Amino acid sequence: MSAVATQSRPSAALRFARGINVGLAVFLVLYGTIAVLQPGYFEVEGFLNFLRRAAPLIILACGQLFVIAGGGFDLSMGSLVTLTVLGGSMLAGGNPDNTWWTIGVLYLIGLGVGLVNGLVVTLLKVPSIIATLGMLLSLNGAALMWSGGAPRGYLPENFRALGRLVYRDVPVTGIMPLSVIILIGFVALAAWLLHATVFGRQVLAVGDNPRAAELSGVPVGATRVLVFVISALSAVTAGILLGGFAGVSTAVGQGLELQAIAACVIGGAQLLGGRASVTGAVAGGLSLFALFTLLNLMGLPQPLRETVQGLILIAAVASSAWRMRRA
Amino acid sequence: MSAGADIVVARPGREMPVAPLLFAGSLALYVMTALATGQHAYLTGEGFVGLAQRMVALGIVALGQTLVILVGSIDLSVANLISVSAVLASFIMTGEPAMIAPAVLAVLALSAAVGLVNGLIIARLDVNPLIATLGVGLILQGLLSASFSNFAGSVPAAFQAFAYGRIGPLPWSVLLLFVLAFAIWLLLSRTRFGAHLYATGGNRDGARLAGIRTERVMIGAHVLCSLMAGLTGLYLASRLRAGAPWVGRDGVYDLESIAVVVIGGTLLAGGRGGVWGTLAGVFLFATLDAVFNMTGIDAFPKQVLRGAIVVLAVAVYAVHSKGHVA
Repeated sequence: MSAVATQSRPSAALRFARGINVGLAVFLVLYGTIAVLQPGYFEVEGFLNFLRRAAPLIILACGQLFVIAGGGFDLSMGSLVTLTVLGGSMLAGGNPDNTWWTIGVLYLIGLGVGLVNGLVVTLLKVPSIIATLGMLLSLNGAALMWSGGAPRGYLPENFRALGRLVYRDVPVTGIMPLSVIILIGFVALAAWLLHATVFGRQVLAVGDNPRAAELSGVPVGATRVLVFVISALSAVTAGILLGGFAGVSTAVGQGLELQAIAACVIGGAQLLGGRASVTGAVAGGLSLFALFTLLNLMGLPQPLRETVQGLILIAAVASSAWRMRRA
Repeated sequence: MSAGADIVVARPGREMPVAPLLFAGSLALYVMTALATGQHAYLTGEGFVGLAQRMVALGIVALGQTLVILVGSIDLSVANLISVSAVLASFIMTGEPAMIAPAVLAVLALSAAVGLVNGLIIARLDVNPLIATLGVGLILQGLLSASFSNFAGSVPAAFQAFAYGRIGPLPWSVLLLFVLAFAIWLLLSRTRFGAHLYATGGNRDGARLAGIRTERVMIGAHVLCSLMAGLTGLYLASRLRAGAPWVGRDGVYDLESIAVVVIGGTLLAGGRGGVWGTLAGVFLFATLDAVFNMTGIDAFPKQVLRGAIVVLAVAVYAVHSKGHVA
């Protein structure tokens, strides 16, 4: 793969276009099929409700994207989502007055998890796949230890509102889910951070070639730590939204880390770093969620959905590799 | 994973002998815990045989994982293939001793085919190995879970001897693990294929320029890895007396096999490492399980500790490496 990357250095605009194409095309086809089956999806309201449910996955994909762009992986995201939902219900205990400090504590936990991941990778030189795998095991154990093995307590109404509240009688769109506003804000922030700041350039440089980045003065260690912090904070955000409409369970975050990685890759991000776009990650997250929705609508048994997901994943990446080779 | 090959540069002459250190450390932990808790049954010959038996399932699949990681790839589909193999074996046997040979052949043929598909997708279609094997794993698990929802068929008593039978004091399964380890060690250190495997993992483009057919090496490593996963499935079917569609996932064989390979000192980027380190890593996991049992630690704190130990075990020697790790 490295040979392909060094042989062709297309212009930034072309690379950007190529980054969004696969994911966006897949999404449009899938969403079109959904809308044919369920005409409600063609309306603005239907689309906004779709976005509301897709928001956690897209936010996770954007966070994961920073780690992937920097050349690593974050496998601990899903377990951090579980910890956020279980911990949120334990801390808040159903009392609306507790919501805001609970959210504060959850973000502090996320900050801690991200820092540990980043420091283990940069200082102890443990490959991120192993470092975050260890974190995954530990966080799952911690979440179950904290809650005693089964979910206890429940999330207060104003906490759940973040994920499920829908504003009515909004001009132009009719309705506006609160989580879609959060999603748009988060994506805008991520896009600005990755594509319009020095930090974003540095992340891509570190992912492409850490030694070269270091020689040209990039603080490689600090950059690496920060991408893991961003990833962990996005997992907390996704967990707060998911707690709102999925409810409290010990399996709420299971497998989300792989879905987030898949979304980034479908969106054209290059594993092991150097090439990534937020638009691509959003398109990848949208297409993956559209796929789940479509398979659900078609009434396919749950296990076969996994099979189709596997096929689409390989096809998307193979087609993007094929386009890279031709370019 | 080939792009990461140039990232880690260990200083020659300062490399730590990972396998003996890991082995000795694990053994010391095991013996001290048994003495401290006064459970001397763990220190008898029978206790050590039990310890060795804990190594078999993870050990066989980890040997295969060692090959694909050495060649610069990775295999996330092993856990699902283990489930498929276990179910297929007991489904075909349905308790009939006469069906043992066809069932074993069918499992091995299917495993080889899965390895071939993995290898072809990675080498020919240029798909990142993580995504390719994740996708193949999802496909396998989906088809399996759609067809079977519970224990399927059963294994005849003659086949249970694979897991429970012994030759003298030594269980067949433990013997098989060490024979396989020795065979793969021979393959890696004494054959042309082994040399090509290291070369391809160390620098894929360089190996190709030197005339090595890197695609074939990659595909060969994946076929061997999948065959090992198929054997693990057969072993689990024999031990559980029937296959169920969750045996592979419940054992977390995908992530744990990768963890023990890396703990054993094989570079995740490929090109350096070997079989004995992996076995030492498997030994560490087996002793940890035994130690947790002896001390009676609860399931959840056990998980937290296990996660921390995975990271620390890699950190112990990784911390000395120069350069940056992704």
